[in-house]
Amino acid sequence: MNYNWNWGIFFDMSPEGTGTYADMLLSGLVWTIVTALCAWVIAFAIGSVVGVMRTLPSRAAQAFGNGYVELFRNIPLLVQMFLWFFVLPEVLPRAWGDWLKQLPNAPFYTAVVCLGFFTASRVAEQVRAGIQALPRGQRMAGTALGLTTAQTYRYVLLPNAYRIILPPLTSEFLNNLKNTSVALTIGLLELTARARSMQEFSFQVFEAFTAATVLYIIINLVVVTAAGFLERRVAIPGAR
Amino acid sequence: MLANFDFSVILNSWRYLFLDGMTFTLTLTALAAVGGVILGTLIAMMRLSGLPVLPQVAKAYVNFMRSLPLVLVIFWFYFLVPYIGQWLTGAERPIQVGAFTSSLVTFTLFEAAYFSEIMRAGIQSIPKGQTAAASALGLTYWQTMGNVILPQAFRNMLPVLLTQTIVLFQDTSLVYVLSITDFLGAASKVAQRDGRLVEMYLFAALVYFLICLLASMLVRRLQRRIAIIR
Amino acid sequence: MRLRRLVPVLLAGLAALPASAQELTGTLKKIKDTGAITLGYRDSSVPFSYLDGDQKPVGYAMDICYKVVDAVKAHLKLDKLETKLNPVTSATRIPLIANGTVDLECGSTTNNVDRQKQVAFTNTHFLTASRFVAKKASNVTKFDDLKGKTVVSTSGTTNIRQINEYNTANKLGLTILPAKDHAEAFLMVETGRAVAFVMDDVLLASLAAGSKEPDAYVISKDAISKPEPYGIMLRKDDAPFKKVVDDATAAFYRSPEGKTTYDKWFTKPIPPRNINLNLPMDEALKKAFATPSDSPDPAMY
Repeated sequence: MNYNWNWGIFFDMSPEGTGTYADMLLSGLVWTIVTALCAWVIAFAIGSVVGVMRTLPSRAAQAFGNGYVELFRNIPLLVQMFLWFFVLPEVLPRAWGDWLKQLPNAPFYTAVVCLGFFTASRVAEQVRAGIQALPRGQRMAGTALGLTTAQTYRYVLLPNAYRIILPPLTSEFLNNLKNTSVALTIGLLELTARARSMQEFSFQVFEAFTAATVLYIIINLVVVTAAGFLERRVAIPGAR
Repeated sequence: MLANFDFSVILNSWRYLFLDGMTFTLTLTALAAVGGVILGTLIAMMRLSGLPVLPQVAKAYVNFMRSLPLVLVIFWFYFLVPYIGQWLTGAERPIQVGAFTSSLVTFTLFEAAYFSEIMRAGIQSIPKGQTAAASALGLTYWQTMGNVILPQAFRNMLPVLLTQTIVLFQDTSLVYVLSITDFLGAASKVAQRDGRLVEMYLFAALVYFLICLLASMLVRRLQRRIAIIR
Repeated sequence: MRLRRLVPVLLAGLAALPASAQELTGTLKKIKDTGAITLGYRDSSVPFSYLDGDQKPVGYAMDICYKVVDAVKAHLKLDKLETKLNPVTSATRIPLIANGTVDLECGSTTNNVDRQKQVAFTNTHFLTASRFVAKKASNVTKFDDLKGKTVVSTSGTTNIRQINEYNTANKLGLTILPAKDHAEAFLMVETGRAVAFVMDDVLLASLAAGSKEPDAYVISKDAISKPEPYGIMLRKDDAPFKKVVDDATAAFYRSPEGKTTYDKWFTKPIPPRNINLNLPMDEALKKAFATPSDSPDPAMY
């Protein structure tokens, strides 16, 4: 293999002048984590609302919920990214579009919104499955106690449903984290983008990608461990 | 707003979009799905084999692939596959691998991790008694798997496998990062050349949406039919 | 023939085998064995290597590469040599040359000392400096005007490296976005996502000329690099192949055909939209064509 390995490359200064290649990768890691967390807040909020709507008695609410999920699940994430980034500012009224484009860190905000809406469709699917997995008696019991629909969801159904769907939500969170890398196409300087830049500046392809790979595996392990901890923390004693 | 749309750009480029782009996307999806299911089934069998080492290797492979973003894996393989080929064939220099082969290898290996989890669930869904019955009849491991377990597991899991294939179809759009002319690549090349981003990206989104919606509706119908037979 | 007499003959024959195989090594051997050569082309390096109206790669560097292919074919005495085409981006071209996917990269690759550690270059076919393009309406004409703004450059180029270094050295506080290719980078300026696109001036001129409103763009007055040489890229440490390529390009640049080919792409209307770039050959390049060189040093030209 005619390839010049150089593992010391991480301690060389990067041409950006702000630090070493290792610093460059770590800044990418920070962007990946921050983007994933912000997108998750949106995904969790919208996903919960849409998921609940799909289980409401109202036909209109169900149709809206189903429509939302179909729309966001059936278009590739990369295409959605382009729609938010390139198409949205053009179809908005001129002043709004210009304002959007002039935002500092526009790729970051776009990525957060895009991933948030995309992941919400998957969270909604889990929330719906979680609520429907509960015995129907729980909803009736809520009604029998004189709770309104909102109260039944808030105090009876959702607390149980979230506990059931914690494992699939963890894996959706991990997908969301990995999907941040798609945002490199709109200029977000996250981990994969930084590994690619490092490869381009230093020509050390395999060292750069190995480092990124190791970092992704570490975040995965951290998230899985944290989720396991959370699961034990919120478990209702005697529920299993 | 719609008045400014120039639909002629789509009409003028449809041959390139569909004959070059969509053909690439569909071929890649079909071959990678077949390869991924075969490899995934083998990985699932390794994982459930109860032999030493093999289950751990299979588990490590699946967890490894599942913790990496596909974009990173695409970059890895695009640069690495020629060296792997050199190593496998013992050639004196890295072998030449085209864009298509390279993406095919990438998607097969990557999706195999996801398909293997589905097949594992499928194999586990078959009652243990069947394996016992098969071995009582004197069938070997491969006969049991090939004639008894896998056909049922595959059938039970068919809707899930097809749903994952729709995901794969969407994921192939990521070869965009390598400038390969898949459907999205073709659309974006035309969009950038003619300065018609809005039309081309909306059109691409619509085409993906219709194909995926139609496919997932068919999968749901299939699911209901299989459920009745069972 | 007695066996004892035969042995030296056989030995001589055996000794001759590796000797004749030695004549062909590396890329030349591979081309002979496979009967094919792979050219790497670019999507949007107008007019060096780009896709025309039918999405076929064409351009000045492609023409040069086809000359080299003819020379390789003649050198190997092949009746038929299949030419495969593989798309590359600024970011993928060097790894793809190194890993054997592409034999010759026909585009707009700057030849510099850093890259020569990874790949080799043949004789220079163009000289260009790093500048930026911006909309006239943005009122920026010098690099210092960009202070605090968002600029874009193509990832994997010398230019993105230079603008990063310039940014640090002059404390401009730029946000520098990397784009996948030149078309995507130009798009960022066109759609207002970035104020300026930093790139080799020749590419900027051709992108602006090919845009919807060519008059809306202006190229910076100052440059952040000396005019640097472009070369066709090939694998490193493959002297026999490099010699064939060097000889072919040198002969081509010295011949009248070199000048004609240059004029065809730079002073006449080019596909897909029949734009004329109007960039007659300058003195430096005339010199570089008269005395072909693969030196990465801008001071040499």
